[in-house]
Amino acid sequence: MTTFPIEKIRADFPILQEKIRNKPLVYLDNAASCQKPQQVIDSIVHCYSHEYANVHRGVHTLSVKVTDRYEGAREKVKDFINAHSTKEIIFVRGATEAINLIAQTFAKSNIKAGDEILITAMEHHSNIVPWQMLCAETGAVLKVAPINLQGELIYPEFEKLISDKTKLVSVVHMSNALGTINPVEKIIAAAKVKNIPVLLDGAQAIPHMSVDVQALDCDFYVFSGHKLYAPSGIGVLYGKQALLEAMPPYQGGGDMIRKVTFEETEYNTLPYKFEAGTPNIADVIGLGAAIDYLNEIGMDNIAAYEAELLTYATEKAKQIKGLKLIGEAQEKGAILSFVLDKIHPHDIGTMLDSLGIAIRAGHHCAMPVMDFFEVPATARASFAMYNTKEEIDVLIKGIEDLIEIFG
Amino acid sequence: MFDDLRDLYQEVIFDHNRNPRNFHVMEDSDRKVEGFNPLCGDRLTLFLKMDGDKITDASFQGSGCAISTASVSLMTEIVKGKTEAEAEELFKQFHEMTTGKEEAINLEAIGKLAVLAGVREYPARVKCATLAWHTLDAALKNEQESISTE
Ligand SMILES: Cc1ncc(COP(=O)(O)O)c(C=O)c1O
Repeated sequence: MTTFPIEKIRADFPILQEKIRNKPLVYLDNAASCQKPQQVIDSIVHCYSHEYANVHRGVHTLSVKVTDRYEGAREKVKDFINAHSTKEIIFVRGATEAINLIAQTFAKSNIKAGDEILITAMEHHSNIVPWQMLCAETGAVLKVAPINLQGELIYPEFEKLISDKTKLVSVVHMSNALGTINPVEKIIAAAKVKNIPVLLDGAQAIPHMSVDVQALDCDFYVFSGHKLYAPSGIGVLYGKQALLEAMPPYQGGGDMIRKVTFEETEYNTLPYKFEAGTPNIADVIGLGAAIDYLNEIGMDNIAAYEAELLTYATEKAKQIKGLKLIGEAQEKGAILSFVLDKIHPHDIGTMLDSLGIAIRAGHHCAMPVMDFFEVPATARASFAMYNTKEEIDVLIKGIEDLIEIFG
Repeated sequence: MFDDLRDLYQEVIFDHNRNPRNFHVMEDSDRKVEGFNPLCGDRLTLFLKMDGDKITDASFQGSGCAISTASVSLMTEIVKGKTEAEAEELFKQFHEMTTGKEEAINLEAIGKLAVLAGVREYPARVKCATLAWHTLDAALKNEQESISTE
């Protein structure tokens, strides 16, 4: 690998220069949301300063310009995940909205009482609750494939749960609470045998690895912009064209129609059928800028650099007496979830904050995972491409010091 | 080391966290209420023994952060022997202390609880300190079996 341009990357993120409680910020809460490079910030400022109007609606110059930018961003997303067509890229608010959209359109029209939806025990609440709501409405049943103490999916158990009743498999690509990367190729292959559509929750995976939806052959892939160095409030639903064509619309309104009379409405073609109302124009453009930024560095380079960070952090963490890692999967992304003997994660969070270190302490919207490991919460340090080994040293020293002070 | 945190994590808090007082199940309690903070997963069960409107004994079980453990531990000590009205008054004082109305606090009445005044500066942690008292409040009002800070 050519040397990773860490200095340049860090210089691109203005917030990394901030001081927190008079200490340099060590931002290790990237799994919750990550920071934005100047290029993304500038793209939004540029949009509002020079190229803003509504999209798809005007003949005037600004509207044409901004529509080009907006659709240009869709093109970038399509290439980024290697979708077949821009028709398959639907802009939504985030992963959560994308999953709800699928539940309320695709799933609702295909799933009936007695049918099953299969998820895993490591899902984020956003890949649990929409299905519970759907099950309550339709009488379908939610099946949950178990995990082991390393935090890995017990694949044989998962396979056993696939049946003729299974109408949808929806699994997290990479777990936010554990870091586990699921064997999605195997999962998809097994589902295909029975023609079961597969939804991948890519909210965590997308910033850490290159994703090719055609190679994966998943039916749906969802992610949020804000975890991909892009603005909050924007996300992507990828769906195979044939499935999206067959799905009823999600919301009704402007942009999603072709022709409206009071007698009937003809829906617009893809992707607009699922984009009712004025979209989040500037943030879509910001998402496009984030993808340009990432492409320049290269997702494979990012993955390799982060793997090094994770290995380094894991080795250091394991040397701390009284520290227990939660999630030690063989295949793992750059997340370190841990608990300390007799020290509550909230105290860890406050203590580290006083050193300028931002981590997450809590259940990470994955309460069933906490129950499984019999902890009320964990402390979680999650890494991004702009983090360094020096920052990990600061974290480790902070943990050692707080253990000492707690006595 | 952690100099900024000295107001929040006073030695008394570490002490109560290490050795919580009245930390046991009370088999013959008159009131038993569960408190839960879904945000951080803190859970506690508070037990009270009453004689008329007087709290004659208090104990707790559960797990939480140092702030919440110290808070409930200190609370069980201070409310013993208090009447319901006196305990409610303490709750009011405590609430004001932790949410920032310094002028309103009767330092004498609040006694040892003053070590928790530091949470004022940490809005994310105020609920850790007040969970115990909300649970006590529910127990005194005898209204619910379980309460939540959300
Ligand atoms: C694995 C996973 N799925 C889904 C989500 C939901 O993403 P959002 O809140 O951006 O909709 C998250 C975010 O925390 C996540 O980590």
